[in-house]
Amino acid sequence: MHKLTALIVVLLCLSGCSITPWVKPYERAYLSEESMKLSRDPVSSAYFNHVYQARESARGAEGGEGGGCGCN
Amino acid sequence: MGVINLRGLAGVGVISFVCLPLTAAILPEQRADVLYHLYDGGGISVGGPSVLVSKHLTQNASMSANYYVDSISSASIDVVTSASPYEEERKEKSVGLELLHDNVIMNFGYKVSNENDFDAKTSSVSITQSMLGDLTLVRLSYALGSDIVGRTMSSPEGGRVRDPDFSEDVRRQSYGLGISQIVTKKLLLDFVFDTITDEGYLNNPYRTVRYLDPNNLGAYLRESERYPKTRTSRAAAIRFAYYLPHRAALKGEYRIYNDSWGIEASHYQLAYVHPQGSQWLFEGRIRSYSQTGANFYSDLFSRENAQNYLARDKELSTFSDFTLGATATYNFKTPGWFIERGSVNFSYDRVSIQYDDFRDLRVTGVNAGSEPLYNLDAEVIQFYLSAWY
Repeated sequence: MHKLTALIVVLLCLSGCSITPWVKPYERAYLSEESMKLSRDPVSSAYFNHVYQARESARGAEGGEGGGCGCN
Repeated sequence: MGVINLRGLAGVGVISFVCLPLTAAILPEQRADVLYHLYDGGGISVGGPSVLVSKHLTQNASMSANYYVDSISSASIDVVTSASPYEEERKEKSVGLELLHDNVIMNFGYKVSNENDFDAKTSSVSITQSMLGDLTLVRLSYALGSDIVGRTMSSPEGGRVRDPDFSEDVRRQSYGLGISQIVTKKLLLDFVFDTITDEGYLNNPYRTVRYLDPNNLGAYLRESERYPKTRTSRAAAIRFAYYLPHRAALKGEYRIYNDSWGIEASHYQLAYVHPQGSQWLFEGRIRSYSQTGANFYSDLFSRENAQNYLARDKELSTFSDFTLGATATYNFKTPGWFIERGSVNFSYDRVSIQYDDFRDLRVTGVNAGSEPLYNLDAEVIQFYLSAWY
């Protein structure tokens, strides 16, 4: 299992050097729309996380990063 | 802290209020946000401001700072059935530094949170690498938290003061991995995995459990909660945003969770975002969450010291909740101002929580264990102004 994982990692690393981006920078207009941001307003996202953390046991893997594609 | 479990609120997640671009290593936006928040439900009212400012220092460095206040007025079911209503305040301050070098962003964060009976400090670091022609972002993060759990007591002069004879420590660590991926011209995916470990005093020093009174049929007595000294949790989430006609978007997320206390949880959220003209943006969303209880939780223990660990915190019980919410955003340009643009936002969410194993002890005159199950509805309101410069 570990050998298989290592092989996959090596292949990914090798292929990563040669992969051509399949979505070109000039094709990312849709992705840069405000509506597409996974976290539009960090101050609001942080507050939502805070509300749910206080009332639910689950924690971690909250949203808050994401947003846009840096292609404006 | 009172008898609300605010312990986790300091959090040990990486302090990242900046909104990193999904798949390009660039510094976060220069923006400022001023938010007023209000949570009202279950006898608890929590409100206050949050101010967040992010500013570029150079072409390769950016700073952010956040000041957040919770003003709490609590007459929750725990309070009214075992203590007296109270008011308190929690203040949280954090700063972050982002450094950009080629396709890599380093983020350093520091956060402090203070209440009259709880202090928390968290340091964090993360590194984000853009790769595959900016189609992929990989993010590794680590955070270390150090908390001091205190307890308040009645003061001879009135009010409550910190008990000088009670002080316990908690150490928290968080490890995170995140991958953000442009899949197609219309689809973004985001995957996050976090594991968090806690060591130390994880109890709430005020809360009690109840057990059947051996000398009085149908009645119950109380004893203090006892929690394990360690807790390890794992959470994995996947999120997506899909572009729809008319510049609208469908967004969703699904998270699964488990921990060493036997709690298993999951939630999903779906949101539809719709621009109206060039200035308005509307969002509607639903969220559904459920969890199983901790393996040392019971609403009513059969006897005193029934087991090594004892809990009757409703957040550790089996329950589910459902949220329905919406946000309206008005964007405006400000030509000639010192800011480039701004927005006004109003957000309203209604949360309904149904507890499957936590009974309403406000109901008296019935045998212990026969009280109706507890549930609550809460309103969550946010009003905030944002400015980009």
